[in-house]
Amino acid sequence: MFFLAALKKYNLQTNGPNTVFLILVMLFFCFAIAMLFMLLASIFYDGFLRINWQFLTQFPSRNPQMAGILSSWVGSLYLMILTGIIAVPLGVGAAIYFEKYAKKNWFNHLMEINIGTLAGVPSIIYGLLGLALFVRIMSLDRSLIAGALTLALLILPIIIISSREAIRNVPSFMQDGALALGATRSQVIKTIIIPLSFPGILTGIILALSRAIGETAPLIAIGALTYIAFLPENILSPFTALPIQIFNWISRPQALFHQNAAAGIIVLISITLLLNMSAVFLRDYFDRKNNK
Amino acid sequence: MSILFGMHKHIFQIKEKIIELIFSFCGLFSLLITVGIIGIIFWETTLFFKEVSLFEFMLSTQWTPLFSIKHFGVLPLITGTLLVAGIAMIIAMPTGVLMAIFMNEYANAKIRRVVKPVLEILAGIPTIVYGYFALLSVTPFLQKVIPSLSGFNAISPGIVMGIMILPMVVSLSDDAFGAVPKEMKLAAYALGSSRFQVAFKIILPAAMSGVIAAFILAISRAIGETMLVAIAAGMKPAFTLNPLVPIQTITSYIVQISLGDTPVGTLAYRSIFAVASVLFIITFIFNVIAQKLRHSLKY
Amino acid sequence: MEKYIFEIKNLNIYYHDFQAVKSVSVAIPPHVITAIIGPSGCGKSSFLRSMNRMNDLIPNSRLTGEILFHGVDIYDPLISEVSLRRRVGMVFQKPNPFPFSIFDNVAYGLKIQNIKDKAMIAERVEESLKRAFLWDEVKDRLKKPALELSGGQQQRLCIARALAVYPDTLLLDEPCSSLDPLATAKIEELLQKLKKEVNIIIVTHNLQQAKRISEYVGFFNSGELVDFGPTKEIFERSEQSMVGRYIQGIFG
Repeated sequence: MFFLAALKKYNLQTNGPNTVFLILVMLFFCFAIAMLFMLLASIFYDGFLRINWQFLTQFPSRNPQMAGILSSWVGSLYLMILTGIIAVPLGVGAAIYFEKYAKKNWFNHLMEINIGTLAGVPSIIYGLLGLALFVRIMSLDRSLIAGALTLALLILPIIIISSREAIRNVPSFMQDGALALGATRSQVIKTIIIPLSFPGILTGIILALSRAIGETAPLIAIGALTYIAFLPENILSPFTALPIQIFNWISRPQALFHQNAAAGIIVLISITLLLNMSAVFLRDYFDRKNNK
Repeated sequence: MSILFGMHKHIFQIKEKIIELIFSFCGLFSLLITVGIIGIIFWETTLFFKEVSLFEFMLSTQWTPLFSIKHFGVLPLITGTLLVAGIAMIIAMPTGVLMAIFMNEYANAKIRRVVKPVLEILAGIPTIVYGYFALLSVTPFLQKVIPSLSGFNAISPGIVMGIMILPMVVSLSDDAFGAVPKEMKLAAYALGSSRFQVAFKIILPAAMSGVIAAFILAISRAIGETMLVAIAAGMKPAFTLNPLVPIQTITSYIVQISLGDTPVGTLAYRSIFAVASVLFIITFIFNVIAQKLRHSLKY
Repeated sequence: MEKYIFEIKNLNIYYHDFQAVKSVSVAIPPHVITAIIGPSGCGKSSFLRSMNRMNDLIPNSRLTGEILFHGVDIYDPLISEVSLRRRVGMVFQKPNPFPFSIFDNVAYGLKIQNIKDKAMIAERVEESLKRAFLWDEVKDRLKKPALELSGGQQQRLCIARALAVYPDTLLLDEPCSSLDPLATAKIEELLQKLKKEVNIIIVTHNLQQAKRISEYVGFFNSGELVDFGPTKEIFERSEQSMVGRYIQGIFG
């Protein structure tokens, strides 16, 4: 059989249970791939033709054929920039603290578990935190800054975890060399640790932002409106974001809006895939460079 | 003598202390987030329970906070959540574990180098995309097979959620299998076991704690998922295990209220915090357990 | 000129419960090469590291006793270990150049002291590389990555890097153990030249090396300083002594 021949070629054993197992795996794998393929295909099929310059540069409208995603993608862009500005210094700073300053006692061990758990908290709960804290208590209302702060809290644990990993990978003999020359702790951090862990940290940041750009639930929770037909003027302006606009269009019964949604999804996926691929590529590139 | 050497500490100390303080603040901030979440959610929840009895909340099977006759039984939301999550796990767990075994024991480096990044990229697809797919592709398709299937249901998002969490299950299980000491495997092979035997009789039991951690984290993720269910599962709470009818999960209820015009301070507003507490407690406990399990993997 | 650069009085070093160095007292004279020899794990490296307070970095390490550097107790709370390390340099067993260029490696010590004068830095880099017998080999490629150098060159680079800050003393922890005999010979040669300007304390596994290059030698065993004195004397001591037996390769 062709299948068995293929297995033999990859040096896989072909006795009874092995074959059954491999066939099962193949089936499951094919099912998953098929689903994924159908997902991408159906979205592509539904939405591709809708994407044109007009779609990308128009504001949303009651008329599905005149609607565009301008306010959405600009909103998402501003959101990402703000979120990055807030989350990156805090996250990398926290990682540096945990790896380079904190003593290894029970308190800091607890903090480590705490961050791991925060990374697993459902995103909508961050939305509720944002709602109560930023929108209500700090009276920031449904503004760009409230959204950015909420998303920053969401991705902070992710950035901390990946940055810690990167910092941990800086060899200690390198740090010892610097210290033996009379560098202070902060100098070692500035001249050795950050430069050497930079690729890993950067990869982590890109992945975190790519996650943030696709988040809908927290923004809905803080009340981000879905019909915004203007560009945000400053960080206190109301805003919308790409996923929110997509959600709004999906919720409408008319098929033309669904088409818009599909088109918006294509834009969103393209951005996300681009970010993820560049992060993976970056990581690979620096891995190979360092193992030279 | 020491003055001549200029070895005094103060000059360095002050600057270093300031820098250390700045970093410490960053570190403590993460603790503040947890405190904030817990504080705010439980504050509003306590206010909620001033008006609604805990008994009704936990035991009643009707959830109608927006109707004129209000019932606040959270069970329908819980069954809705578990129904979708359950279907997802049925799909994702076996597939994921099998795929991880395959990647660890059968696949060569070339296959791994292709599959791993693909899985990572898949994990990055925003969940709203899966929502679209579930509502507008999977449900219509299933309706051809099961004519009685309603437009909003639990099985469609369940299946899609299974695909969605699959990369996570594979990756976590892969970690677990990778942590099994090589010597154990080599010993088994040396005794003449087949790959299948080694995989299932030796490695799987050895990696069990890691696989359980994967299971817990995957459920936690499935329970907390919002957009997929908000789009495809419906907004009708139903105390049922029937996957063919509309249901409502905890997360989609929160979305429903957030989309509406519910004023602050009302019972309905507080109810989202009450259900969020349930969600938070469950996922928090799961995550702590899973973390501890994964931590022991390293040793 | 003082009699001793380092005076160590009753030094004990503990890692958690394990005592690595027991009641060591010794005085290190200036402008010589002092070798510290002994079997593996006998505390030589711990002893060495205590002299520039690199031991501080090891978690759970404790120290009692006194170490005087030019008469100053270096473990006095008012003393900055950062300043100390700028006067007492260290070269490690495995060469550890930074992943920067050759020039930037040597200039690193100056950079962290906020020295900005480019001309002076360039001068100092050249001088240090010459003192480390590396200048001729790298003068045309100062901007190339340091990691491209061979093992022996990297170690000489680390020596140059340490010399650039004009240290008073240089501590070397088995600097040649990962190098071939040719590279080793080069380093021994440069150390001989250096000792007139920089005090040198070298931990070494290699008895021949100690005999070749040092004026004073200290013999460690199980954390204790069993013997210390002029090299010639120590090596000529009676065969039955522990030192003699070690030297003859009977143990260690």
